[in-house]
Parts: sequence; structure tokens; C-alpha cells
Amino acid sequence: MLGKLTWAAIPFDQPIVMGASGVVGLAIAAILGFVTVKGWWPYLWREWITSVDHKRIGVMYFLLGLVMLVRGFSDAIMMRTQLALAAGGAQGYLPPEHYDQIFSAHGTIMIFFVAMPFVIGLMNFVVPLQLGVRDVAFPVLNNVSFWLTAAGVLLVNLSLFVGEFARTGWLAYPPLSELAYSPGVGVDYYLWSLQISGLGTLLSGINLTTTILKLRAPGMGYMRMPVFCWTALASNLLVVAAFPVMTATFAMLLLDRYCGFHFFTNDAGGNPMMYINLIWIWGHPEVYILILPAFGMFSEVVATFSGKPLFGYRSMVMATMVICMLSFVVWLHHFFTMGAGANVNGFFGIMTMIIAVPTGVKVFNWLFTLYGGRIRFSVPIHWTLGFMVTFVIGGMTGVLMAIPPADFVLHNSLFLIAHFHNTAIGGVVFGAMAGYTYWFPKAFGFKLDERLGKAVFWCWFIGFYLAFMPLYALGLMGATRRMQHYSDPHWQPLMLVAFSGAILILLGIGLTVVQLVVSIRTRERRRDLTGDPWNGRTLEWSMPSPPPAWNFALLPPVETTDAYWAIKQQGHDSAQLTAGPYVPVHVPRSNPTGFFLSFLAVVLGFALIWHIWWMAIAGLFGSLAVGLVQAWRTDAETVISAEEVAAFYGKQAPEEIAA
Amino acid sequence: MIDASDAQGQAPGISEHAHADRRTYLIGLFYATILTLASFWVSSTDLIYAPGIPVLLAVLAIAQMGVHLVFFLHISSAPDQTNNFLALAFGIFVVGLVVFGSMIIMANLNHAMMPMNQLMQMQR
Repeated sequence: MLGKLTWAAIPFDQPIVMGASGVVGLAIAAILGFVTVKGWWPYLWREWITSVDHKRIGVMYFLLGLVMLVRGFSDAIMMRTQLALAAGGAQGYLPPEHYDQIFSAHGTIMIFFVAMPFVIGLMNFVVPLQLGVRDVAFPVLNNVSFWLTAAGVLLVNLSLFVGEFARTGWLAYPPLSELAYSPGVGVDYYLWSLQISGLGTLLSGINLTTTILKLRAPGMGYMRMPVFCWTALASNLLVVAAFPVMTATFAMLLLDRYCGFHFFTNDAGGNPMMYINLIWIWGHPEVYILILPAFGMFSEVVATFSGKPLFGYRSMVMATMVICMLSFVVWLHHFFTMGAGANVNGFFGIMTMIIAVPTGVKVFNWLFTLYGGRIRFSVPIHWTLGFMVTFVIGGMTGVLMAIPPADFVLHNSLFLIAHFHNTAIGGVVFGAMAGYTYWFPKAFGFKLDERLGKAVFWCWFIGFYLAFMPLYALGLMGATRRMQHYSDPHWQPLMLVAFSGAILILLGIGLTVVQLVVSIRTRERRRDLTGDPWNGRTLEWSMPSPPPAWNFALLPPVETTDAYWAIKQQGHDSAQLTAGPYVPVHVPRSNPTGFFLSFLAVVLGFALIWHIWWMAIAGLFGSLAVGLVQAWRTDAETVISAEEVAAFYGKQAPEEIAA
Repeated sequence: MIDASDAQGQAPGISEHAHADRRTYLIGLFYATILTLASFWVSSTDLIYAPGIPVLLAVLAIAQMGVHLVFFLHISSAPDQTNNFLALAFGIFVVGLVVFGSMIIMANLNHAMMPMNQLMQMQR
């Protein structure tokens, strides 16, 4: 009746797991209870859960990323604590089978459920506003994408309490991830949660690509798009091209595990190396899916806070698109050591070095934008400067490892770990934090606290260097990744330094929450009534904050890059841009399809993980039924009358908007 | 100021010329059927040099994709189809990289290393 699911699946004997599950369970119950007592459910359901507004969906994505950052970081700090303790003969407090789950969950969560929601959330929120349009191309699909990602998140977190997670590392290499060596449900949790959330990511990629290619304000040609839109386009093209490869590869591994196929097994003609090859064809573009939008955010921030147009707009666009293409021809550098010959390794090594060139172009463009500018040292520019220093170091170590002989020494060492955290934290996390601080006033109408923001930055910045510079040294000394303890006590001092860095980052994450709470409580003081708190250059700053559901009552005319800056230079202000005459606006209705579909996807995934076949069939047909209901919907749109639109702008007196 | 309806372009793949008459679809269906039958015939016949059969099947499959793209999805090189054409080019680029890249890499690997099952035997 319940397949493989028994009471034994719940790890009652592991106090750490039970404690964590208990705390999480209590927190969820407390939040749900609080919402119920306050009677917020109808509001939440109507305005957020079923919302198809790209701004709301963007905010929900980002919030999901923040919550999962806490989960992923608690894995990280457990690992750092373990390695600070487990020197010489000591075994630390985490047994190997638990430690293996922790590093696998850490990698999976940080990439798929932290970095991706951050980046997709910001793209969702900003791109339509910058393009000067009312929504993404497929608003309902957008909601479906978000909830499918959330479904993946739910399954991953469920694995903490019911069953186990994969012990295979974040990419689940076979043959270890095959049924013969991983008979438990851990790998199945991994595969199904990523299949479901991967579908969401793919749909979101299609949506944003279509939006950028087909919906732009009148006059906004490709070479007038803000650089963030260009990087979003490149990133989403990569999503569309790469995620099907991931889905297909995981599908083959699933067939191996469920139906006795032999794609990646050792025997019967299978070849595990093919999995490694295929997964990195997805995996390397994935790196650029995350970093390109971050580059775009830094470009926006640098230009705005230097008070200058971005230096070398055209070269920036070219560099973005060259990176987009080249990111597909470097994947083998992740497995130089798997046994390919010198020709193949040499080719991919050289391609990897070449991809550093357009990235270098970007760094110089940012430097020249800053040069001679009147820089305002606000929080987003702190993150940007921190990024430029940190990312260049990470890029350098990357080019170093692009040399195959050097990689043979450093492969799977802590040097590699330090390298990719150097680019992922220094690039993606810093970018997400810069974007978060920069666009927060647009989303909510008030600024975040500056002093706390700077404190968060310095915690992350110094914490990062303390946590990861020792890992470079340890890697060169021979420490490998994924080790649960080590025998050489000389490594311990460096491990302790790395641990102190993790503590500082913990403080940074804590202060992010404090900053949010403090800013919300004092929001009346922080209110931004202009809609343009940073003296911005692009169209999202031309509307009131938070923007109305329809974004633009009248689509703005675009005559140049930095469209809003040009409008301001001509002596217009946002009041004139929204002065009317108003026309009725068609907006899509809220739609519960995404929520129900994803709920049934969770049911389906859970049933397949535990081999509960009747439940899997129910989940599958249920989601098909939800799809059919959506297909027959006819009331997809609603009209906001011209009077209502006028009333929105009338609420704020013109001189208040101009102030 | 321009009203929304002018700016919001058409969804991709839908253009005024897409209302192709039924004949185009019928021609497409005819070609697709011929190609399908041909591949079934090729796989079961002994008239063709046996090692050539997979190559021929691949050729027929690619032709089938071409028929679908031209007759059913209306991809052409017309000026209003730039986006679709570029998307197709990008898709072919990526698929080419994945397929030929993997073939080169795996062939090189097999050349340099002993088969997987023997390798695993040695490690025991």
C-alpha cells in the first residue's frame, strides 16, 4: 500500500536530524498558525499564491532563495564545524553517512534552490520593467514555473525528515548513484526534486526569452536594451538550451534505477563516463546562467552609482553573447582527469582560457565606468566593488586550473572548492545582494537600512576571505573535498580559520534578516515617494514604487540606451510620463493552476520516490486534469478601467511625485 | 505615447502568413509518412549494406525533422522569421555540439582507456 515507506524511514535515532526537523516543523506550524489567526489567507491566496504578476512572482522567488540560503548555510556550517574538530584521530560529531548527505544537500540546495531562485527572481521582477512592458510573455506559465521550483524545494526538505538524501555529491555521479551502490531513496529524492524544479526553470527560461525577444517598449531595439536585459537574454537562452540536457540525463539515470536499464552502469554496455560528459554539458552553461545576470546587475549598479553611462555598452553586449556561446564549448574542463587524451584536454583547456577574455573585457568596462565618475558609496556599490576584487581572484584560479597538468594536481582538492566558491559567492551571491538592495525600494517603496546593509557586506566580504583563502592553501597541501576527517593535525589551524570565516558569514546572514525587520518597522521614515531613489537610468525607475499591477499606464517612448536618463535630461519627470490620457488596461487574472499543478507534482514525486504506484498514478492524472481545466479557461483576462488607472496616479499629487 | 496594442508584438511562430492553406499540411503529411515508412523499410531490409543502415536511418530522421520544421512549424528564411530562424540556428549549434562533442570525447576516452567493466575488475 505504501511502497517502501515504513516507520523506519523516519530517523528517530539521529538526534541532530530529529532536532532540526522538530525546529523546522515548529517554525512552519508557527507561521501557518500566525497567518491563520491574523486571517491573512484570503489575501495571500488572492494576491500572492495565485498571482500571475511578474513582480510578485519575482519577490516570491527571491524569498524562496533567502529561506533556502538558511537551509544550505546550516549544512555549510555543520561541515566547517566537523572539519574544525575532526583532526588527527578525532572523528568529529558527524558520522560519514550523514556527512555525505550534508555535502550533497549543500551543493544541490545552494545551486538549484538558492542561486537559481535569486537570479530568476530578480530577472522576473526587473526585466519587464526595464523593457517597458506590462508583464512577461506568458504570465500564468510564470506562476507555474515558480510553484514547480517550490515543489522541488519541498521534496528536498522532506528528505531531511522522511528517508534520506543522496550521499553522492551534488551531481550524483554513477556508478555510485546507481541502484547497486545507492539502494536507498536518497538519489531518488535528488532526481525527482531536480526533475520537477528543472521543468519549472525551463518554462521560466522560455518565458523570459520570449519576453525579451518579442515584448519591448516602442523604440527599444536590441541595442537600446539595458545590459541587464541582455545578460538575462543570454542566461535564458542557456536555460532553454542546457536544461533539457539535464532532464534527459536524469531521465536516463532514472530508467537505470527504476527499470533496470544500463545507460550508466558498469556492466551490460553502460558507461558512467557518458553521464559525467552529459551532466557537464548542462553543468557548465549552468555556471553562466547564474553569473551572467549577476554581471548585468553589476553593470546597472556601476552606471547608476557612478552617475555615468556604462563604458563600452557595445563591447559589454558582445562580451555577454560571446560568453553565452563559449560556455557551451568548455564543459570537459570539469573532468580532465577522466582519461581523455592530450588533444581533447588541450582543446578544452584552451577554450576555457579564451572564455576568460570576454569576462576580462567586462571587468575593464566596469573599471572605466567608475573612472572619473562621481561615485556614491551606497550599499549596492559596496557589493560591486567587493565582487570585482573577489571575482578576479576566482577567475585567475579558474584559468590556473584550466591548464590540464595543473588540474591533475588540483582536481577534487579543496583548492577547487575554494575556486568555485570564490566565483559563486564573489559573483552570484554578491550580485544577488547588490540587486536585492538596489531594487528593493522599487519593489516595496522604501529603502533598506544603509548601515546594516554595509555591516552585512563587510561580514560576507571578510567572512568569505577567512573561510576560503585557507582552503586554497589546504588544497595545495593535499586536502581533498568531501572528506569527513583528516589525519594530519597541521591542517587544523587553517580549518579553524575557515570555521571563523563561516561564523562571520553566519553573522552576515543574521544581519540580513535584522536589516529586513528593522527596515520594515521603520518604513514610514524610509518611504521613497519619487519612485527613483538612486537617480536611476533605466525605465523601471520612471514609475511609482511599488509599481502598479499594469507597470506602465502608457508605454514609454525609447530613443536611446539609458531611456529614463534621456527622458530626465530632456527635462521631463515621471509625473509627465504618467500624465495620461489613460486607456483601459488588460491584465491577466490570478490563476491557481500553478499551485495545484505543483501540489500534485509533489504527490507524484513523493510517490515515485517511495514506489507508491497508486499515488503516482493519482498524481499524474491529477496534474493532467489541472492542465485540462486550465486549457478550457476562458476568463483569463480582466480589464482595469481608465478611471481606475487615473485614480491610482491621482492619489499622489504631482508635486509629490516630482519631489 | 503609444498604446500597448501596437507595441506588444505577435507571439513567436504566429505570423500573418502562417494561415497556410490545407495543401501545405497535406504535402507535409505526405512527406512525413513517406519518410516514416522508408525508415521502417530500411531497418528490416537486407538489400542495403548492413553497416550503412544506421547512417541511412540518421539521414531519414534528420530529413523528417526538416519536413516538420518547414511544413508544420513554418520555419523559413523570410525577413519576419528572423527570430525563429536564429533560434533554429542556435538549437542546431547546441545539438551539434552535444552530439559531436560527446562522440569525439567518448571515442578519445575509449581509445585511451580500457573498457569500463575491465577497469572495475582491476580495482577489486
